[in-house]
Amino acid sequence: MLPLNIRIGWFLALRALRRASLWTTGLIIFVMVLTFLNLVVVSGILVGLLQGAIEAARTHYTSDVIVSTLSDKKYIENSPNLVALIATLPEVEAITPRYREGGTLEANYKTRKETDKPNTAVAQVVGIDPYAEDAVTGLSQFVAEGSYLAPGDYDKVLIGRYLLKQYLPFDSPNLSALENVGIGTRIRINVGEVTREVVVKGILVSKIDELSLAVFMVDSQFRSLIGRNDGNVDEISIKLKPGADPVAVREALERSGVATYARVQTYEDAQPQFLRDIIATFNMLGTAFSSIGLVVASITIFIVVFINALTRRKFIGILKGIGVNGRAIEISYVFQSIFYALVGSAIGLMLVYGFLVPSFAAHPIDFPFSDGILVAPLDQTFFRVGLLVFSTVVAGFIPAWMIIRRNTLDSILGRN
Amino acid sequence: MIETKSLQKTFKNGDVETHVLKGIDFVALEGEFIAIMGRSGAGKSTFLYQMSLLDDPTGGEVIIDGQNTHEMSSNEKMRFRLVKFGYVFQDYALLPELTALENVALPLLMQGHSKRKAYREAGVALERAGLGHRLHNLPSQLSGGEQQRVSIVRAVAHKPNVLFADEPTANLDNQSSEVIMEIFKDLHREGQTIIMVTHEEQYARLAEKIIKIDDGKIVSTTKNHPR
Repeated sequence: MLPLNIRIGWFLALRALRRASLWTTGLIIFVMVLTFLNLVVVSGILVGLLQGAIEAARTHYTSDVIVSTLSDKKYIENSPNLVALIATLPEVEAITPRYREGGTLEANYKTRKETDKPNTAVAQVVGIDPYAEDAVTGLSQFVAEGSYLAPGDYDKVLIGRYLLKQYLPFDSPNLSALENVGIGTRIRINVGEVTREVVVKGILVSKIDELSLAVFMVDSQFRSLIGRNDGNVDEISIKLKPGADPVAVREALERSGVATYARVQTYEDAQPQFLRDIIATFNMLGTAFSSIGLVVASITIFIVVFINALTRRKFIGILKGIGVNGRAIEISYVFQSIFYALVGSAIGLMLVYGFLVPSFAAHPIDFPFSDGILVAPLDQTFFRVGLLVFSTVVAGFIPAWMIIRRNTLDSILGRN
Repeated sequence: MIETKSLQKTFKNGDVETHVLKGIDFVALEGEFIAIMGRSGAGKSTFLYQMSLLDDPTGGEVIIDGQNTHEMSSNEKMRFRLVKFGYVFQDYALLPELTALENVALPLLMQGHSKRKAYREAGVALERAGLGHRLHNLPSQLSGGEQQRVSIVRAVAHKPNVLFADEPTANLDNQSSEVIMEIFKDLHREGQTIIMVTHEEQYARLAEKIIKIDDGKIVSTTKNHPR
């Protein structure tokens, strides 16, 4: 059996809530819903801003696991055997080996005068198997103009948008881009000492820098460009079957000795440190904003309960006068506060998971560097619900306690 | 059963001290119906509040059933008020969000009765007071007389040793006042100890002892033979 004060507190709270003004109850719950959304959505969007970028990089560049060149090597040694090994892993759905070298691009070199500045841009030149790449990263979906590569396209390339002046969303002195280049334009690619003339077949428009700053060509063309015919590649992106654990695959490869001649990373390992720092910073900012929201909500509840308790001071006095324990009255206010916090959170939860998360997923916020989504992991959300309930309980208890400890008779008679 | 010795109450407002009770010696025996009278500001309500443990005196003693209340903690006093006393206030003092039934049941619940038992006893008590048709009405849906009857039922539902009433008819019309005083008479007839503050002579005459207070002191005690 529940302690008496809790029973009486529940009895009083239930009736106070049931017979309270609908407007007042609605307003308090509305404030709680807004607070909940502030707690969850603000930080969720801040984190989602980057999460969108991370998800995009995972889906369209690194895939679930990426094997790359060791820092002291020029390429992944023994690549054909490694590719064969990866293909035998049961978790693997598709793989795409890539060649990658730094190079420069030049356009309008035939019409350029001696006094003109060369129309050049620095780029990553990537050699791919068009089908394998598309199966892993869906590269073809980013072709905004022109068409995707076919295996026989020996003198054709796809070019990322940041390498073209007309697609560059900002003017940066550190970023050179080609002018007057479109579909069908001939450009030169210089890798090391080798120069090759190619035709732009497609333009890639993506928010992933690895695609936007790269030129893609068919792998056989790339091999002839750099003169590497041993089949050794620079990186291998591995797409796993749904539900497979990237860490388990990384560990399986490491156990096979791959780590001695290549670097194996999950998509999370491959995130640059600055991105992790930004996520941590955004998380901190989100927490700071949420804390302010929490304080505002606490003050709101404090004021609401204080005014409520003050206007009901006479009745609180009567309750004490007829022998109802002050603790039971305090508990009744705590129950009322919990009710407001839980109903507000429940409506907030429904809004977040029933409407906002799906809406953001379907229509991400179009940021220049990512498609912002709303990140609201259940465990973190429920932690915030707990925080909200706790702060509301404290904010509800204190004013009730302040009023209840006043002299019983003064309360009944309305004396100060 | 209730005794006060040199009971004093002084209110302070800054440097100004107002001595409302200036040493009252008083005894109320079990089963007595006592009316406390006096002009406005004489200290009769203040005296009732000290006696009924709703307030703490600044001097003197209140002894209830041989127990000096001066030594009691606030929790003990609260328990005393819950179990041994019943209160009827001038403005009924019903809780606005509780129905008549719930208002009466609350002190019973606080005494540890189950909800079923508390509601049953409260219902029976209200039926007896002729309020059977008002059980589920909120105070705002009742007339002044009905509210005061509910208030009396709440005060006596747990069979207290003493019923304290502070001007119970002050806000009522004559007809309702008569009804309320009839209830008091019936309660007294059943052996209920009643201490009532009133300024209405006709209702004071229903009591068997009339105490007049003036300037914080008892100026007369009259034995009465109620009609």
